[in-house]
Amino acid sequence: MTRATEQDDALSRGFDPVSTNGKRLTPRERVELLVVGAGPAGCAAAIEAARLGLKVALVDEHPLDPALMGLEVPFHFGGRMTGAVRNRNSMTEGIVANDPTLGEAFDAGVDVRLGVAVWCLVAPRPGVSWVGQRAAGLSDGDDSWFCGFDAAILATGRRDVGVAFPGWSLPGVMGATAAYHLLRRYDALDGRTFLILGSGAEATALAGALRSAGRMVAAIVEAAHEAIDSAGCARLAASGVKILAGAMVRRALGRDGVEGASIVSLDDPQSETTIPCDTIVLATGAAPAIELFDIAGAVIVFRPEIGGHVPLVDADGRTTEPMLFGAGDCIGIRADPPDAAAAEGVRAARAAATALAAGSDATWTKPVIEAQPGEQAPSPRLLWARAARAVAEADTHVCQCEEVSLDDLLGVRPPRYLRRDQPAQRARDLASLANEGRINQDQVKRLTRAGMGLCQGRRCREQVGAALAEATGVALSAIPLPSYRAPVRPLPLAAFADESEQQEILEHWDTWFGIESQWIPFWEPLSAADEENGR
Amino acid sequence: LSDVTARKGASVIVVGAGVTGLSAAWWLARSGVDVLVIDKGVVGWEASGRNGGGCTHHQSPLFAEEQRLWPMMDELLGYSTEFQPRRLRIALTDEQLETMKRGVDNTCAQGFPAEWLDAAQVREMSPLSGDNVGGAYFACGGHANPQRTVQAYAWAVRDLGGRILQNVAATGFTLAGGKVRAVETEAGHYACEQVVVAAGPQTGVLSAMLGAEVPIAPARAEMIVTEPLPLMPMGGIDGNGLYGRQTLRGNLAYGGGPHEWLPADGTGSEALKPSSPIARNIAKRLAELFPKAAHARVIRTWAGIIENTPDGRPVIDRLPSVDNATAATMSSVGFGLSPASGRAIAEIVIEGRCSFADLSTFRLSRFGNLAPGWRERKGWLPPERATPRVQAA
Repeated sequence: MTRATEQDDALSRGFDPVSTNGKRLTPRERVELLVVGAGPAGCAAAIEAARLGLKVALVDEHPLDPALMGLEVPFHFGGRMTGAVRNRNSMTEGIVANDPTLGEAFDAGVDVRLGVAVWCLVAPRPGVSWVGQRAAGLSDGDDSWFCGFDAAILATGRRDVGVAFPGWSLPGVMGATAAYHLLRRYDALDGRTFLILGSGAEATALAGALRSAGRMVAAIVEAAHEAIDSAGCARLAASGVKILAGAMVRRALGRDGVEGASIVSLDDPQSETTIPCDTIVLATGAAPAIELFDIAGAVIVFRPEIGGHVPLVDADGRTTEPMLFGAGDCIGIRADPPDAAAAEGVRAARAAATALAAGSDATWTKPVIEAQPGEQAPSPRLLWARAARAVAEADTHVCQCEEVSLDDLLGVRPPRYLRRDQPAQRARDLASLANEGRINQDQVKRLTRAGMGLCQGRRCREQVGAALAEATGVALSAIPLPSYRAPVRPLPLAAFADESEQQEILEHWDTWFGIESQWIPFWEPLSAADEENGR
Repeated sequence: LSDVTARKGASVIVVGAGVTGLSAAWWLARSGVDVLVIDKGVVGWEASGRNGGGCTHHQSPLFAEEQRLWPMMDELLGYSTEFQPRRLRIALTDEQLETMKRGVDNTCAQGFPAEWLDAAQVREMSPLSGDNVGGAYFACGGHANPQRTVQAYAWAVRDLGGRILQNVAATGFTLAGGKVRAVETEAGHYACEQVVVAAGPQTGVLSAMLGAEVPIAPARAEMIVTEPLPLMPMGGIDGNGLYGRQTLRGNLAYGGGPHEWLPADGTGSEALKPSSPIARNIAKRLAELFPKAAHARVIRTWAGIIENTPDGRPVIDRLPSVDNATAATMSSVGFGLSPASGRAIAEIVIEGRCSFADLSTFRLSRFGNLAPGWRERKGWLPPERATPRVQAA
């Protein structure tokens, strides 16, 4: 196009002031490299990147806002934190004292921010081109803001996976990740006698940590016919821990909190053992914390052998999104030696430094999907879904927030405050929905509300997927990943609101599209714009 | 899928399982017509299932029918739509007040009850509210759950013997003798006697394959939702530059603010619905509208793609280029009007005309003199193609 016609073209164009045109994201702050998560992988990444001369900010949401812990975010705390978590200053001191690598990060010149969560990642692309740059949404619980970055390494770790049984909504039923954090990072785990559901490395490691901390582990309960970490379980058995394989918690006992567990043999429904305990820990297999990868648009793949859905990464942790890397448990949970995560962090930091030096997205080499081994059978998640189904009662809520039972889920029933007795509705079930297309967990969520609650689906997402797969015979890998939505931490309106919004947004806000003729009643003639609109 | 694919073709094929196409199919099936709905994805997956759920459109010639039908929809469909009657639109500034009063006048002019409330009356009806300058109260209209409603239509279509083919994209049409003979899809050809194109943002591309231009421009808009709060006396409350509702569960679900225009093609991708910072601007206005809900936590945000015609009004019309095709786009305001729009489409397919409303403003011929480049002239362009606003010289 010549310069003259370019000018003519521009002059003939209009401008839609209520669209995103003319707007631009103005982050409050800007860093060269943002590292999210100060576990072993994130700390190692931040320290290595600082050593390589990058300006690094390392953010970690711990110590958590106690209000969020009460909502089971980001882990399933089950009300088993002591009152100490309410003092965030002393919690911060404790977290720093318990983790020498944080001190190393400070010394290396890393800008370490504790108590800051990342709830969103944005980058310019169709639909949100206007943002113009890569940025992360941050929050300290009282306020939220954007932080621009050139590259990011996510080391967001792992997350608890729920397993429903009667009574699992009682205080005292909690996740293994939550238990581990309260024990090791917070020194604020309220519980004396533990029963652990699951017998893999996660379960036996937790049992060991609990016993070292002077807690009693009464039993390990495993749905499979044999303990998964057999060596670990044998050691625990030798020191008096009951190992119950081929079993499931039939019911958590207690009125205001867990006082015991009734255990049933899955082969013999008549058999029943009662084990006194004040805490039941779900350690049946954690999930990589991939929310931010999904929100950033990175390709996610299903790899059951490393925890389920994970971002597609290459050996350096490079994702399909330019300048976005991952390291540690969030890209796959492996039974590696403890320093493996740190090594991943270092590799990602070096790759990020190289990518930043190259300076262009155009050279980004996306990882490619390699041939995967077929789905392992039976997948542990399906095994637990089967065990959960065996003990489920009508008021056992798979989704605690929205009180959705397994029957509600498989019957695709609307919530209780709506009519559920219309004959047509009663005739519908998961099978009839599946018959119309593929199984889609988000569709089931919209109809049943399973996963729509305040904990943002953290306790039910994986078990709902497993229940759908188990009930229909569809492979877990064939159920598309249910979407993650920002903000990935539930934030109060007052904290989330943009209180210093751009003048362009303030002046040109419209409820809808600002098309005047759209709202002129049909009986009134359109006037001024008629010619423009082709009349 | 087996029972759908086994019988190919139908008397009428509707392309698009959004709320407009599904309602049209339902009304056709109610009239005994053999109907098949084809969609590239899951029913109601796009804007039809992710909007504000409002059912109070006094500007539309379909308003009276919208009002007549909504209170009956749960019974007619056989499934709950979560429909709740009444609307209140709250003004926080005098400027907002002026635009809202027009809605009261237009509603009353059509014989439906609406009135202006003062600030105290507003607070009584909307206990989460604080300071305001009044509100437009409609003792008509209402709101429903979009996700539940689209599935209700889909199930009701099947209950009447209609068929729905999901996850199959229409790729073209077989034309002969000035008629559509079949819809071509990824899964083969489906013969038909008539076709309805109700494919949202894809309506323009598909109509072009039938030789007609339906001018539309797609854009992205977003909403936020909070944790559940105690139910207010009525859920259909919005204002302060936002649209939305309190759901029957108690969540506040609201949207508004800047939309981003998209290229005409490739508008069906989930990749076009990323989270964006606009959610925080919506949150700010929601906390102003409901100051007593400022503590409520935002638990999700989402976006949808909607299309608009040059004048923002629907097109429901036979295409001039072939004898047996009808196009329908509701120009970004389709959910609430769907019970009525589907009935209108069904009548146009069966009878050639709508018996219960004057749809002359929906005719495609109004764009007969539309010159190419209309999107550029309006500035309805993605940011990368938009002209920077001219600085005052």
